[in-house]
Amino acid sequence: MPANARKKRNVAALKHAVRSYPGFLWWGLGQATNGGLGFYVWMTVLTAIALVGANAWAHQVAQGMIVTNMTDHVSWGLYIANFTFGVGLAAGGVMMVIPAYLYDDEEMHKVVIIGEAVAIAAIVMCTLSVLVDLGRPDRFWHLLPVIGRINWPVSMLTWDVIVLNGYLVINLHIVGYLLYMRYLGRKPNPKWYVPFVFLSIIWAISIHTVTAFLYCGLGGRPFWNTALLAPRFLASAFVSGPAFIILVMRILRITTGFAAPPKPARTLIQIIRVAMTINLVMLASELFTLFYTGGAHGESAKYLFFGSHGHYGLVPWIWTAIACNLIGTGLFFMPDALERSNTRIAACILCIVGIWIEKGMGLIIPGFIPSTLHEIVEYTPSLTEWKVTAGIWAFGFLLLTVLLKLITTVFAAEAHKTEIA
Amino acid sequence: MTTDNASPQEPHDGEHLKPLLPILDQHSTRRTLLKTAGAALGLAAFGEALSPLMVIPENVSVDEFLQQHYKELTDEDKKKVFARLEAETKERFGANVTITDAKPIPGVRFAYAINVSKCNGNGKCMEACNKENNHHRGVDQSYIRVLEMTKGSMDMEHGSTTYDHTVPQDDKFYLPVQCQQCDNPPCVSACPIEATWKEDDGIVVVDYNWCIGCRYCEAACPYHARRFNWELPEIPAEEVNPNQGYLSNRIRPQGAMEKCHFCLHRTREGRAPACQEACPTGARVFGDLNDPDSAINYVLKNKRVFVLKEELGTKPSFFYFFD
Repeated sequence: MPANARKKRNVAALKHAVRSYPGFLWWGLGQATNGGLGFYVWMTVLTAIALVGANAWAHQVAQGMIVTNMTDHVSWGLYIANFTFGVGLAAGGVMMVIPAYLYDDEEMHKVVIIGEAVAIAAIVMCTLSVLVDLGRPDRFWHLLPVIGRINWPVSMLTWDVIVLNGYLVINLHIVGYLLYMRYLGRKPNPKWYVPFVFLSIIWAISIHTVTAFLYCGLGGRPFWNTALLAPRFLASAFVSGPAFIILVMRILRITTGFAAPPKPARTLIQIIRVAMTINLVMLASELFTLFYTGGAHGESAKYLFFGSHGHYGLVPWIWTAIACNLIGTGLFFMPDALERSNTRIAACILCIVGIWIEKGMGLIIPGFIPSTLHEIVEYTPSLTEWKVTAGIWAFGFLLLTVLLKLITTVFAAEAHKTEIA
Repeated sequence: MTTDNASPQEPHDGEHLKPLLPILDQHSTRRTLLKTAGAALGLAAFGEALSPLMVIPENVSVDEFLQQHYKELTDEDKKKVFARLEAETKERFGANVTITDAKPIPGVRFAYAINVSKCNGNGKCMEACNKENNHHRGVDQSYIRVLEMTKGSMDMEHGSTTYDHTVPQDDKFYLPVQCQQCDNPPCVSACPIEATWKEDDGIVVVDYNWCIGCRYCEAACPYHARRFNWELPEIPAEEVNPNQGYLSNRIRPQGAMEKCHFCLHRTREGRAPACQEACPTGARVFGDLNDPDSAINYVLKNKRVFVLKEELGTKPSFFYFFD
């Protein structure tokens, strides 16, 4: 590059720097809301679903949580189930940062930022899932430091609030900083992001561990009270996160032409193969203890897998999950999965669905059935709960779309610049 | 800022970006206009979707919204809060009530014991609890669950709370379960905002105006002792118990947790809990652990006493014994 061109670029960069970070965000918002007809249809549909969810939630707040199908027996339902899956997705989104930075895999970098975007959207979904589960959202400020009264460090829920919000801030910083630097045409200063990337790796593990501790720390719920819960959460997050990112990358390649080299996806598939195998081994080990020993620990599992005392509510759910997970894992091990194939996509979808059920309806609900006094009260989500949950997913996708739009725009502008240079 | 957005901005170098995004050059004004209209429409729809939330400012006064945690309220604050709650009860339930704040009696530590040989499952304790504690009349709510157990087993798996035949049945025995007022309460550890705590006399209470309704305590309790207010309780005005305690039997707000509080508005004034008073079999023994001559201490010293789920380490202040 000739010296005068470089000088010219530096001047241009300086000019933009004056425009500041808020200016960049405003510009980004403008860019992220530009698109073709398909884009606007997609965004409108998502907005409509999100609005239906918001409306259902508002009714729930007004009339009370009686509009859900939760009871004093099954006091957590679809919302917390969805929350648990979301935490895994968020953690998994950053798992791919590990090969990129730990092994200094340059090609992964373009994918990493997609993972971070998925993590941000997933964390926002998690926060919303908890918010809609509160009986008194108007008292939300009681949870805030200083003005509220946080039961820290005793309550695992306070840990969860802290790690989830911390994770959101860290990832917003990393994504924001890297994009801003690209936008300015400057090389990111490692001092300003590498420490945060390592922090986010540790943090990703912590959010899922703490979320598992939320359940497995309860002595009164034998089904959850297992030391294997946190490792299983992590293993399944290493599957659902990368699988989701592979799907996102496929969609991006088709819709925007934003393509990453094939190697990162192969790395992801290798991660999934190992993690899913570990997950299944742990599941088998769990099932052995539950059914061979039996007793109180086995009751929930019996209800979940085979039904109990004439109640079979969760049986179709869990066998769907088992089937999805086994077939999905089988597909991931086919050589085809290493290529840009439909096998890969089918495997990703199957494993995501399988883990969503396994971690949600298959984990949260049976923890309450039978109840601590051994009563069996079943639970099926109400229409309100489905609407609110769909609304949260739609909002998550809206946010993800905007973030991805911003990322691809900045990357496209840079690619264009490189071509010219 | 708006002009920034509308004009053909590019991130790096003036001339270079124009061919990349020519659409911005040509339609910027129209596009911006459409986007602004879309955003306005979206915001309006969002406002409309959330409009049912307007009941919050109707039902939750500013004073209630800003109310501090029970432990941070001064006597003066409490006076105001209680007056407001009394007025609200009058307005919503049509009942004149008095809300008090009975404090733990220094040196007293309450405990409860149930004689399983005597209890015959008649359920009078549940009825009394329902009335005394202003429970929702729409559902048969009370803080007590009586398990009908099969003789020969202590496994609750073989119990039932929904029996509706004459009692007692020959092959059954009865096990009433309510809050065990644990010395190591999992619910208190679980609560993220200290809305529930153990008082000096051993009673675990809830500040119904501080609870955010996350229901983590309900998941944590091994005795199914906690209840959630899934909706605003319904109680006919003439059935409202007017003698109410702030931390005990006042009518609970929608969306907050509640639990057995050993009728602290009665017991801290030397009276018996409603369930004990109502029990026709004399199966219930209540008293002060720190008083060596109390009935509860007699039971603990002379009977074969057990607690529920001892292996969980919750250390209940609630005991069971056989004659």
